[in-house]
Formats: sequence, C-alpha cells, structure tokens
Amino acid sequence: MTIEANDPAIAIVEKPASLRPVLEWIARRAEPVVIGLAAILIGLALFSLFILAVGKSPATLFQLMYTGGFGSWFSVQNSLSRAAPLLLTALCVALPARLGLVIIGGEGAVVLGGVAAAAMALPLAGTAPVFLTLILMAIAAMVVGGIWIGLAGFLRHYRGVNETISSLLLSYIAIALMNQFVEGVLRDPASLNKPSTRPLPAEYMLGNIPGMDVHWGLVIGILACMISWIVIEATSYGFAARIAGGNVRAAQIQGLPVGRLIAGFTALAGSFAGLAGMIEVAAVQGSANASLAAGYGYTGILVAFLARHNPLAIIPVAILLGGIDASGGLIQRRMGLPDATVLVLQGTLFIVILFCETFYGRFKIFNPDLWKRSL
Amino acid sequence: MEETGIGIWGVPLAIFAGAIRVSTPFIFVSLGETITERSGRINLGLEGTLVFGAMTAYAVAVMTGSPTLGVLAAMVAGAIFGLIHGWICKFPKVNDIAIGIAMMQFGLGMAFFLGKSFIQPVAPKLPSIPLGGWSSTPQIQAALNINVLFFIGAALALFLFWAFKNTRIGLILRVVGDSTDAARAMGIHPDRVRLLATAVGGSLAAIGGAYLSLYYPGSWNEGISSGQGLMAVALVIFARWNPIGCFLAALLFGGAGALGPALQSVGVTQGYYLFYAAPYVLTLVILIATSSPTRSLAGAPGALSLTK
Repeated sequence: MTIEANDPAIAIVEKPASLRPVLEWIARRAEPVVIGLAAILIGLALFSLFILAVGKSPATLFQLMYTGGFGSWFSVQNSLSRAAPLLLTALCVALPARLGLVIIGGEGAVVLGGVAAAAMALPLAGTAPVFLTLILMAIAAMVVGGIWIGLAGFLRHYRGVNETISSLLLSYIAIALMNQFVEGVLRDPASLNKPSTRPLPAEYMLGNIPGMDVHWGLVIGILACMISWIVIEATSYGFAARIAGGNVRAAQIQGLPVGRLIAGFTALAGSFAGLAGMIEVAAVQGSANASLAAGYGYTGILVAFLARHNPLAIIPVAILLGGIDASGGLIQRRMGLPDATVLVLQGTLFIVILFCETFYGRFKIFNPDLWKRSL
Repeated sequence: MEETGIGIWGVPLAIFAGAIRVSTPFIFVSLGETITERSGRINLGLEGTLVFGAMTAYAVAVMTGSPTLGVLAAMVAGAIFGLIHGWICKFPKVNDIAIGIAMMQFGLGMAFFLGKSFIQPVAPKLPSIPLGGWSSTPQIQAALNINVLFFIGAALALFLFWAFKNTRIGLILRVVGDSTDAARAMGIHPDRVRLLATAVGGSLAAIGGAYLSLYYPGSWNEGISSGQGLMAVALVIFARWNPIGCFLAALLFGGAGALGPALQSVGVTQGYYLFYAAPYVLTLVILIATSSPTRSLAGAPGALSLTK
C-alpha cells in the first residue's frame, strides 16, 4: 500500500509553514484581550495608589473584593444575581453602538419597564395563570422600554438630535414619570415612607433557577446576549448595521434602510433594558418603587464599553462587574471605606479602558500583514 | 388678606425668584462648556466636575470657615478634572463623548467617596445682596436677595461675548474650534488650546457646583445635582454657543425648574412629580425644535464631534 501525497499527516510534516494561519488567527484575536487586560491592570494599579493615598491597604481590598464577589458559592450566586440586569442594560448600549450611537439613558428604560410590568401584573395577579402573567409583564416592559430608547434613535435619524443627550434627558423624564405613577395612581396605600405599587403575590414572582439561589433573570440575560450576538454577526441586519455604523453616507448610497435600522436597533436595545426593569420587579423587588433607579443603566454603559460592544464578551464582564458590586458591602464593613469606593474603581477602570483604545493598531505583533517587515 | 400674603401673584414671583436662584449653576456650567466647545471639544464629564466642585467647596468652606476659599478650591479641582479630560482626549482614537461619560462616573465616585464625612457639618454660606430692601413685603425681599455669583455669572457672560469677538485669545479659540488644520497652518497648537479650554470649562463648572453646596440648596449630599451638568450641554446647543444666549437660556431653565415648587406653594399638588420633569422636557423639546437632520446647526464649531 502506497502513501498518498495528500495525506494530511504528511502534508503537515512537509509544510511547517502551515502553522502561520493559526498564529495569524491568534494574533488578530489577541489584540482586544491583551490590550483589555493591560488596561484593567493599569486601572487597578491607579486605584491601588488612590487607596494607598487614603491610608488603606489595596491588598486587603482586593482580597475582600475576591471574597465578596467570588470567594464562596454564596458570593458567586450573589454576583450572578447582580450580573443579570447588567447583561440587559449593557446590551442597551452595545447594540446602538454598532450603528455608531452612544446611548446612555438605559436607566430610563429600566425604570419605565419596571412600572409597565407592575401595571400589567397587578390587575391580572390572582386571576390569570402565572406563566401568562409573566409573559405579558415582559412584553409590556419591552414595549415601553423599546419605545423610550427607540425614540432617541428616531430623533437622531429624523431630527438630527444628538442621541447621547436626548437619551439622558429621557431617562430623567422617565424617573419623574415613575415617581408620579408610584406616588399617584399606582400607589399602594399601605406603603408609607417608601411609596411603591401593591406587591405582587408570591406565586407570581419569577423564581430561582433550580438548584441555585439565582433568579431566572440570569438565564434571560444570557439568552438576550446570545440572540444579540447572532443578530449582529449572522444576519443581514447586523451586517447592514455595521456598515451604517462605519459610514452612514456609504450605507445610504448602498440603499440600506439606515433610518429603519437605527429605529429597530435602538428599540431592540431599549426593550432589553425594559426587560431588566421587569426582572427587577418580578424577581427582586416584588413591586415597582424608587429602587428601580439603582444605577444598573449606568453600570451597563461601563460593561458595554469594557466588552467593546461585543454581546458575548458582555457575559463575563457583567459577571465580573456584578462581583465587584456585590463585594461593596463587605469592603464597607471590613475596611470602613465609603460605599462609593466601588464607584471610584469603576470610574478609574472606565477612563483607563477608553484611554487604551488609542493603542489599538499600534503594535505590529497583532497585525500579521506587517509581520514580514518586522520578523 | 392682602396684608399677609400677595395671593396668586406669589406664583410668578416665586418663578422669578426661582429662576434667578436655580439658574446660577446653569450659567457657570454652560459658559464653561461654551468655552470648551468653541475650541472643538465636548466635555460631557461636567456633571462629575460640578458635583466634585460642590463637594470640594463645601469641604474647604467647612475646614477654613471661608466660602470664598471654598469656591477657589473648587475652581482648582475643576481645572484638574478638565486637564485630565483634555489630556486623555488628545490621543488618537479616543472618543471624547465616551471619556466624558467615564469622567462623570469618576467625578461622582470621587465626590461621594471623599465627601462622605462632610454630610453632617455645616458650612458658612456664600454672601448675597439684599436688593429688595425697599419693599416691605417679605416675599419680594426674599426674591430679590440675590447671590453675588449670579452677578459674576452675568458679567462673565457679557465679557465672554465680547472676548470671543474682539480678543486674540477669542480668535484663536474660534479658529481651533472650526478647523484643526487651519489652526495648525496658523502655527497654533490645537491640542494645547483645547487642553486649556477644557481646564477653564472645568473650573467654571466647579463654581456652579460650589454655588449648589454653599448657597442653594446650600448643603452637601449625594443628590445635590440632578443633571445640571449634562443639561448644560443641551443648553449650549440651544444657545448656539453664544454666551449671552447661555445666560438667557439658563434663566429659562431655572424658571422651568422653579415651576413645580412655586405651584406647590399655592396648593397645586396634582402631578407634582411631573413638574420635576419640566426642565428636561423643555430641553428635549428645544433640542428637537432646533435640530435638523440635513444641515449642521448654525453657529456650531466645525470641529465639534457632537453635531456631526
């Protein structure tokens, strides 16, 4: 029996250069990982200097942060629970970012989504089946959230209104609307100092994932990230959005429906943030109240930028940030630091990571096209 | 009954007084943002600078007993925030809008962190000028008791309006803002001009913060600003990068903000929370009315990323 010349085993021996595509593949994908990790390390170093400057030990702080966020099964579950809304609010930033839009008003969609979910559930609770009620709550929250952020996208395209500012103004308006609803027509007379809607009956709450102390919001969030990833990477809509994000005029000349893309993507983004509000009501709070405006919308901005607007990268980043959030209480108790410590850390990381954008494309090692000249 | 109160006239009077009281931080932040945007850069981080300035002013005023020193310290802190923003933004591929959001978060975090221990103590207040001394009606006296910073802000608006047109520095700022290349051809360093403009903008925004903590509402807490720093960015667009327009727009916003409390004082409590939204709705409506999808805004600096 003769050995065939095209036998793959022999081909590899004969052509050692075939390793090169693998190296190129690694090099092209390594850039965001290496630069991202370096940015996080620089950010942590700067934050350590700050902690040293206020006379505390950064080593103790990072150790507590690990213990509080990921040190035990209990803290891991706590971190995962906190990550759930961040997954959805980060999508609210990441999806429009594909079109070159900077939306920062996700908080407003969260708040109104929560109110809409509560308003939908309260007349139904006790009569309608649990599953149907939860579905209707989710739909109500997604529609309201989608309209809210979609409005910013619509105004951007059809009126030329800067979407960063309009989404933020809409978020303040949303919080005022929530206060009006919760203090007014939807107020539970039994809620005295902390006005809220009537509580959902316990059986109408979104429960925990079996075997874990983490609510179903985590699964919903991860699914939303996966769906978003498929929409962006594997559909013609996502492809068109990326073109429009690169150059609006080029996309228009190609005949792409830029206006509909912007309205659609911002509405989808807003509906995810609205869903985060529904989960807060149905899984955590049990009613709509001022706690809905807990800042998930703002932390979501950081998560999305850290993940470079990649929906799959949002999953680990949201869990990491959820862990940092979860460890805040422990740091406060053990080290006597204010609860804003976590906010300072987030701000520092955010600045350094955006700053490190400047290093993309600067290093030859990540660009195989330039290898010949340097190697 | 006319001896004790002034009846329904209390509403316009309260709105007038509120406009003057509430507008002062808007005046300073929007004038600062005008200087920054005229140089071709946008600073969305002024919300963080404002809150950090409020904290710094309050802390220094508590420690030294002098509100003036508090304002000066806030200006230094605001300039440092502006320098950080300006320095980071000069690097290629760095998005100034995103950096602004990050600086806002950082500024809020630092202010809440360092200001935790200053929530309890009471700081001396900034002085005000009682212009209502001629009237015997307490409401009018209170309404015309106007803080010195309001007058400084009004004077600054006039000065900047003149300076943009008639001074060499104003010309350099406008050239850099309209075309980076033209500025380079003239031998101006655009990055250096923008760095300084961002620093000046930051220090003015911090004065706005100092007014909040040292005069009205006059205490330091974590909810001291409700987006004044960000609304100022919208206000600058509305005012078409014109300092006098900023002053007038700030008064309008102040009046909108005072609407809710004024109506509540005469017993209108229905929809109270919706009145809180009035300044934001007003800003949004103005933005929608004045923007256009096809042409850039009249008076907009050519190199500004916001309006492209």
